[in-house]
Amino acid sequence: MSGSQPLLRATAVTKTFPGTIALDKVDFTLHPGEVHALLGENGAGKSTLIKCLTGAYRRDGGDILLDGMPIDPRNTLEAQSFGIGTVYQEVNLLPNLSVAENLLLGHQPVRFGMISGRTMNAAARTMLAQYGLDIDVSRNLDNFSVAVQQVVAIARAVSLSGKVLILDEPTASLDAQEVQMLFEVVRSLKERQLGIVFISHFLDQVFEISDRITVLRNGRLVGAEATADVDRVRLVNMMLGRELKQETRESGRTDRPEGMPAIRFQGFGKSGRIAPFDLDIRAGEVVGVAGLLGSGRTETAEVLFGVTPHDSGKVEEKGATLPLGSPRDAIAGGFGFCPEDRKGDGIVGDLSVRENIVLALQARRGWTKPLPARAQAAMAEEFIRRLDIRTPDAEKPVGLLSGGNQQKVLLARWLATHPRFLILDEPTRGIDVGAHAEIIRLIEELCAQGMSLLVISSELDELVAYSHRVIVVRDRRHVAELVGEDITTDNMVAAIARPDAGRADEAAT
Amino acid sequence: MNARSLPLLATVIIFLLAYAVCYSQYPAMLSTRVIGNLLTDNAFLGIVAVGMTFVIISGGIDLSVGSVIAFSGVFIAVLLRDTGLHPVAVFAMLLVITTLFGAAMGATIHYLEMPPFIVTLAGMFLARGMAYVLTIDSVPITHEFYGRLQDFYYLMPGRGRLTLIGGIMLLVFLTGMILAHRTRFGMNVYALGGGVQTARLMGVPVARTTIQIYALSGFLAGLSGIVFSIYTSAGYSLSTVGVELDAIAAVVIGGTLLTGGSGFVAGTLIGVMIMGLIQTYIIFDGTLSSWWTKIVIGFLLFAFIVLQKGLVWIADRNAGALKSAR
Repeated sequence: MSGSQPLLRATAVTKTFPGTIALDKVDFTLHPGEVHALLGENGAGKSTLIKCLTGAYRRDGGDILLDGMPIDPRNTLEAQSFGIGTVYQEVNLLPNLSVAENLLLGHQPVRFGMISGRTMNAAARTMLAQYGLDIDVSRNLDNFSVAVQQVVAIARAVSLSGKVLILDEPTASLDAQEVQMLFEVVRSLKERQLGIVFISHFLDQVFEISDRITVLRNGRLVGAEATADVDRVRLVNMMLGRELKQETRESGRTDRPEGMPAIRFQGFGKSGRIAPFDLDIRAGEVVGVAGLLGSGRTETAEVLFGVTPHDSGKVEEKGATLPLGSPRDAIAGGFGFCPEDRKGDGIVGDLSVRENIVLALQARRGWTKPLPARAQAAMAEEFIRRLDIRTPDAEKPVGLLSGGNQQKVLLARWLATHPRFLILDEPTRGIDVGAHAEIIRLIEELCAQGMSLLVISSELDELVAYSHRVIVVRDRRHVAELVGEDITTDNMVAAIARPDAGRADEAAT
Repeated sequence: MNARSLPLLATVIIFLLAYAVCYSQYPAMLSTRVIGNLLTDNAFLGIVAVGMTFVIISGGIDLSVGSVIAFSGVFIAVLLRDTGLHPVAVFAMLLVITTLFGAAMGATIHYLEMPPFIVTLAGMFLARGMAYVLTIDSVPITHEFYGRLQDFYYLMPGRGRLTLIGGIMLLVFLTGMILAHRTRFGMNVYALGGGVQTARLMGVPVARTTIQIYALSGFLAGLSGIVFSIYTSAGYSLSTVGVELDAIAAVVIGGTLLTGGSGFVAGTLIGVMIMGLIQTYIIFDGTLSSWWTKIVIGFLLFAFIVLQKGLVWIADRNAGALKSAR
């Protein structure tokens, strides 16, 4: 397939959003009959690139050539008419219509202005037969499993576009058998010389199905190689590897605080989310969590904070059991949690900086005891100064601030409650380099004051910079714990990439 | 058996049961004369309910139709009184006006991204206000053409009369069924009800379809106004208050999901017939207050909402079981 004219060639595609460069001169080449995996962490630019290709976004720079012809799709329908079809993780079909109607919506066979149900169903059956699917096409789509819906979505996309098929995390909610069924379909399309872009964070699947791999990171192209030439370690390195040039150190901090653990989690877990784990947190300690997207990083944080209540194990604090069934319990216990999805789960964009900062403290006091306006203002001013939040005044809606400042507001909200244990999920995602360093400095400062922190990050260098200990998660379980000098990017990459072996007993010592 | 046709099945069963109860007490209820009257008396409601069915399947609501019917009656009556125009010409003018009125509401809903509830609420006040502007009196219609329309009927076996307006209603239902289930427009209406965003991604012309849906509802409200004026031989700006709510009730009792995406035009016909049947029963009984109609309809509506919620709940639970089984 190399040597043939590329089916799709994107060169120097650039897309900027206010405050960030989502895509910085990214190249992408797709050949006919090729399955091309597109990899990267959250915020790496995968979905932005896809959206530029499918016309959901208009790119700000660069060229896209399809079959050698420049194209500029203005919306997904236009991209579809050019030959680029997309299937998303959440099936974008209509559950209240029949399978046949979904397949042929907008292209129904019409006789004398009326849809012929029989012709339509026959056409739908023929379409699905190519994919080895024999189902009752007159039944509503929501009668079928996600895997079947996925195949129906693929069949529709291929019949309407027929050159390039983009599969955006199609396997995320499928079981192993269904994944194989889907891969059969993908292979048959490959034989029909379609170009297939495959996005997934399951590395096993990427190695199984793809011919070439393109890795993006922080909006930039890290590399594009044939799958056969890459091994797992190198791939993980490409996805997570070195980025922070300044203020990096070779290994983690060795000044781990002495003494008894302040909080002890024993056999803590939630079936289906994260396997039971033990975790001791000492006062003034920073525990890092490393792992790929979907490996159990966020799940760990959520079970610790009670967002998804644990169903095994217990928490002890100085010998006493701590109830931890809900975020409310966790807040009462002195926990704080800055979630990964800042905009969705964290800040309240329409409320002012001041209101966002006092939110958690006010919630703990209860609504019957409002904080006096003057105290609120004083608190907001204090945190704006202390964390250097760049805002004209405390009454500006948080949604209008940049990502880094939003993150600081979120941090301020929890600091106002004086937590003993703060969980930060990707605190540095999507913020610029300057703010990045400030957040790291802040983390170090907080732990010097005796606060315990659990920090999740896909920036391994960053973890090296501030962690006393690093827990590596893979396949939804804690697989390794690195302490002090053993915390190096290489060790972390090795632990993350180690295929399919098992458990915490292989922890590096 | 598709779970989505369950509400329709429930409606049919309720209708048959209700009719059986009526028949057991008043055997005369089964005569074609009663059936003919049932069709005639509910013709205007049935016609407007067809439009409402499309609107609700698409996930919207149209509160303006009751006022549009009143406006239509006044418009026809005033024009026939004050000008020499033939009723047919007046009908044509009226249908153009109400169709454009509906289309304008659809365009507002789509382009200004306003909730249909608010837009059609505004339309409701607007149409009622226009009726008042034309006249606040009840204006009788005395054109001899109206007499001919009223006398036009088909004699069914058993001496029941299928009047012109009853026939028009049946014709509208038939057309509505074909439109909903056998045309691309109909499919697009269902698609909108399934999810506007997804429908757009799948290439459904959302703007055009939305405007068409409300234009259709406006057209049928106008037609219903004509039928109502034939039925009452008058135009009065205070008439048909709350008919939009009766229409919504008929649609929901007919098994259409109020959240959109699922329903049948045929179900609406049965919904209208159930409401008419209750009224007829009360007339036959003679001692019951006519408000019992409202009470029974209230209970029925409530039962259907619970039934629909139950179905959604069962569907969700099945989906959940499917996921956890993996």
